Amino acid sequence: MNWANAIVQGILLGGLYALFAVFGYGVQRLIIQKSLEVSPLTTLLVTFGLSVVIQNLLLVAASADSHSFDLGSLISASMRVTPELSIGYVPLLIFVTAVVVLSGLQLFLSRTAMGRAIRASADDQEASSIAGVDTRHVFGIAAAIAFATVALAGLALGSSSSFDPSAGPARLIFAFEAVIIGGVGSLWGTLAGGVILGVAQAVGAQIDPSGGVLAGHLVFLAVLALRPQGLIRARLAT
Amino acid sequence: MMATIAPGTATAAVRVTRSRRPALWGLIGAAVVVILLATLPYVVYADVTDLLVNAFILLVLASMWNLLAGYCGLISVGQQAYVGVGAYTVLVLAQHGVNPYLAIPFAVVVSGAIAVPVSFLVFRLRAEYFAIGTWVVAEAFFLVLIRFRSLGGGTGTGLPGLALVDPAFRQALTYWSALAVAAAALLVTYLLLSSRMGLDLTAIRDNEMAARSSGVRVTWAKRVVYVVSAAGCAAGGALLIVSQLNVVASAIFSVGWSAKMIFIALIGGLGSIEGPIVGTAIYTVIQQTLAQFGAWYLILLGTVAVLIAMFLPRGIWGVVTSQFHIQVFPVGYWLHR
Repeated sequence: MNWANAIVQGILLGGLYALFAVFGYGVQRLIIQKSLEVSPLTTLLVTFGLSVVIQNLLLVAASADSHSFDLGSLISASMRVTPELSIGYVPLLIFVTAVVVLSGLQLFLSRTAMGRAIRASADDQEASSIAGVDTRHVFGIAAAIAFATVALAGLALGSSSSFDPSAGPARLIFAFEAVIIGGVGSLWGTLAGGVILGVAQAVGAQIDPSGGVLAGHLVFLAVLALRPQGLIRARLAT
Repeated sequence: MMATIAPGTATAAVRVTRSRRPALWGLIGAAVVVILLATLPYVVYADVTDLLVNAFILLVLASMWNLLAGYCGLISVGQQAYVGVGAYTVLVLAQHGVNPYLAIPFAVVVSGAIAVPVSFLVFRLRAEYFAIGTWVVAEAFFLVLIRFRSLGGGTGTGLPGLALVDPAFRQALTYWSALAVAAAALLVTYLLLSSRMGLDLTAIRDNEMAARSSGVRVTWAKRVVYVVSAAGCAAGGALLIVSQLNVVASAIFSVGWSAKMIFIALIGGLGSIEGPIVGTAIYTVIQQTLAQFGAWYLILLGTVAVLIAMFLPRGIWGVVTSQFHIQVFPVGYWLHR
């Protein structure tokens, strides 16, 4: 892969993320905002319904077969740190991407006017409206960022393992566990929570090949029992 | 919304009634329906009663989910945990020689007992976090259970103890069990909502913060409902294994059960006893006519659920009550001029 090719691919990917961002903004403004105004529980039911619809549309369009991206030799390429330890380039790239994205989000939320508006709207929607924040637009922007980030995560998932239309729910559970372990409302906590969950799953799988996911769940439940506020207490809103 | 008002504050112009005559007629009507339904195995073929067994199971599950979401605002996506616990309790007892039908009450008790400590864990989570948290608990139960080779592991196993029973008699017995469990689930829901705690729950349904500030023990009421709902879902799971004669862990612990409960309770109407009955009838008809379309059927179901949640938040029964003032199981106070 030469440089020009890489840059073109990158631009196309950027288009994909922009598409997801627009999609997210639209879904938020047209569907989720309306359900938020009915009741917070309605939002939960509506998004759950949407997930069933999307999952089955994917099933119709792409069949239940498992797919994976063809990354050529890159998928198995790794650098040998010590004779016992080698790190794959793809997982390393994904980890670095996660750190960069989280840093960017943290900076965006803490330094920009829109970031401040998002934090304020999450804290107290009515008070932010009174202070002149267009909370519907702000929620739309937040949804756009969330959708684009999830699209990036979906590509990362597809490049590191095979996937099928029903692959989403399990990842949702892992993402949720990472958030709770790390502490709701803290981005660095989420990164730490993700690392703890990943280590728990890997160590669990080392003890018993089929025990990885269960070990992750047990660590999550232990955190919930012993430290329900998570590792890092939120400075942002909850 | 039903108006609730303390009897002492009613002025002379307004008469306040609650639960007496209309409730009596409702209960007598329900008893007649149950007796008529109980004669069905003598009247119709087994495919009809099998269909009704599935409908009764869904009715039980949806009623329990409605109790959680409709009255306590607790959206659980993890009630399949207790469906599974119910089924596996019956399996374990049957493997030790207990008659599977007699094991159903034990499944209810075991599941209720498990739900108590779990409630302390999941009640630490709010709203959407509670929803996914209950799901994690269900996944953890599933992953623990498939580690027991004697319970079939991940591939599933048959239910022993019913091989020598005549199939026609067994199907009738399953039908009567399902009818009894469904009637019991509705009766328990009715009694719970007519009790003092029912007032608390109705207050929580209408405005949780106002209820809390009026001295309602919100957390206690929610915990009771969570445990009752776990017990009811276990009865549903126990009926599932008894009617299917086998259990597959991934199927019984499937999040699809929660999706069905949500759909039925939502389309019928949250926050009423009648809603899940209406919802089960509609769902069963849709399932019978459209299930062969596979993914498109689920796409339709999801779309209908989204539209109902957004535009008819009290479901079809909610529209009926607000238009015609009908209540089969009245548990609120009514004002008459």
